[in-house]
Amino acid sequence: MEVLNAIFVLPFVDMFSEPIFFAEVVVGGLLTGVMYSLVALGFVLIFKASGVFNFAQGAMVLFAALTLVGLMEKGVPVWLALIIAAGVMVIVAVIIEKLVLRPLVNQPDIILFMATIGITFFLEGFGETVWGSDIHRLDVGIPDAPFEIGGMLLNEFDIWAAAIGAAMVGGLALFFRYTVIGRALRAVADDHQAALSVGIPLKTIWIVVWSVAGFVGLVAGIMWGTKSGVQFSLSLIALKALPVLILGGFTSIPGAIVGGLIIGVGEKVAEIYWGPLIGGAIENWFAYMLALVFLLFRPQGLFGEKIIERV
Amino acid sequence: MLYRESGQYKTNYADDQAIFPLKQDRWLMAIALVVAFVVIPLTSSEYMLQAVIIPFLIFALAAIGLNLLAGYCGQISLGTGGFMAVGAYAAYKLATSFPDLNMIVVFLLSGVVAAFVGIMFGIPSLRIKGFYLAVATLAAQFFLQWLFNKVAWFYNYNPSGTITAPPREMFGFMITGPAATAEARYMITLVVVVVLALVAKNLTRGHIGRSWMAIRDMDIAAEIIGIRPLHAKLSAFAISSFYCGVAGALFVFTWLGSVETEAFAITVSFQVLFMVIIGGLGSILGSFIGAAFITAVPILLTNAPQFFGFNMPIDLQKHFEVMIFGVLIIFFVIVEPHGLARLWQIAKEKLRLWPFPY
Repeated sequence: MEVLNAIFVLPFVDMFSEPIFFAEVVVGGLLTGVMYSLVALGFVLIFKASGVFNFAQGAMVLFAALTLVGLMEKGVPVWLALIIAAGVMVIVAVIIEKLVLRPLVNQPDIILFMATIGITFFLEGFGETVWGSDIHRLDVGIPDAPFEIGGMLLNEFDIWAAAIGAAMVGGLALFFRYTVIGRALRAVADDHQAALSVGIPLKTIWIVVWSVAGFVGLVAGIMWGTKSGVQFSLSLIALKALPVLILGGFTSIPGAIVGGLIIGVGEKVAEIYWGPLIGGAIENWFAYMLALVFLLFRPQGLFGEKIIERV
Repeated sequence: MLYRESGQYKTNYADDQAIFPLKQDRWLMAIALVVAFVVIPLTSSEYMLQAVIIPFLIFALAAIGLNLLAGYCGQISLGTGGFMAVGAYAAYKLATSFPDLNMIVVFLLSGVVAAFVGIMFGIPSLRIKGFYLAVATLAAQFFLQWLFNKVAWFYNYNPSGTITAPPREMFGFMITGPAATAEARYMITLVVVVVLALVAKNLTRGHIGRSWMAIRDMDIAAEIIGIRPLHAKLSAFAISSFYCGVAGALFVFTWLGSVETEAFAITVSFQVLFMVIIGGLGSILGSFIGAAFITAVPILLTNAPQFFGFNMPIDLQKHFEVMIFGVLIIFFVIVEPHGLARLWQIAKEKLRLWPFPY
């Protein structure tokens, strides 16, 4: 009885007795969720366009952030460093397309997945060889001061992160909807062969998609880097983006956003209200368990296409 | 010339269905076993056994486990490290709770425990497949690691949070614990690995293995010809986890002696997956080749710069290693997507005609 009480009653009593603290937790979760979404976005873009499950997205985030911070430490102004870092991500995309994806056309998915794990190792090693493995402080001039709304303590930076995340999603949605390349991307995502037969160059599209994923990685890298320093562990947040993908569906951009928010909030709330009951630090696996349970009821995710065959 | 089947007549079904139908294969296998059981323990140094050969055997066992699941049944799993942890902690609890239990029994029982956990985490595979399943198995990895870290009962309320293999003996030799010689630990590992590899080989040739392969190749067709996906998939998860569990138990008892949960982190899962893919999906021999490759390459990379007379800072060298490792994976995946075991198959085809090709 006491156990049930502790699990099903007390946490809710806590929530309602201190609504402001609860709101703070939720908002904090939402803001972390935005960060997860940013990483998940890169996955979705590549999966949609090329069907590749790109495990290297986390490494791309790390590599982009390392390049940016490395350039800035050399004294390059922020705007120039941003442009160069973006350019480097395009070069990475071209190289990956030429050396890895092209020879592996028509191979099973698992083989492509393995190749992206290889890319992960290479990018991690390469980034750290060039820029060193210390923790770098990144400051691109986003204001970072705490302030209060209705008794809640918030961070200006988090609001900026949310705004930038929202802007990126909006921008990507417009890009996919209204530009020629965007339309070509959607065509490729729907059907490779049909897209080829109406004259859409698959090579170029893949380079564009990987570059865009690289830009998204750069933005995610700036956000995470500013928050916790640019360091090796950045490439591990890719793993956190996976449950987000499951929740949102592998092929849905809005899904990545909503999934990220749900995971962010769920994780924080569970950690604070239920975590102490079972020893704490449940943040590490809660997202995966949530995704696992979710999968049992809705395998295609919240917004995903119903591509999964019933087995 | 040297390697062909001509002149070897099969006069009964038993000959026809032998694991190694060719005389040459049987000879090769016999030589390999003699080398493994006699030559290596007599000639290898302590360092060689401890740093290269024992981990190779243990990872080969884990790779066989994952290969049964991913290569034969087509279910990708990233939870190998978690299942190995189950085996390791189960073996620790069993060995400390029942000090008189035979170690072989302990290893096998810990595999059984891992099998049950594997079935639990295999249940989602009934509804999802491919990458969705891979991500779902990550839940097993992170949850199990957290569980063994948080619940003190699993490590007997040991303040350091590590599990240490208790000293145990068999046939008058110490086989685990600090007093055990590398040779003794090697022999016990070898026996377990060889027997289990033989069992795995036979499983894949029999009814169960064929139902797995049918599920892998096309689940709907398999269902129509009367294979129950529920049984096939869950048995694949169970047997795969059994192998991983035994590998995990050996990992602690005959290799490292003392570990924390960190030893079974996600990197181990990836390492075993590399072994399976580089060695060859759906090949028991491939699991051994892959394990040999992945255990040997980092050691070679670490020692290569000194060998060629380069001297570079340790951290730089570490980064280079990671880089080269990544390149090697991409290279092998591009050059031989079917794994190194496929190269052996091609070599065998060539050897049939050698040295007089048509």
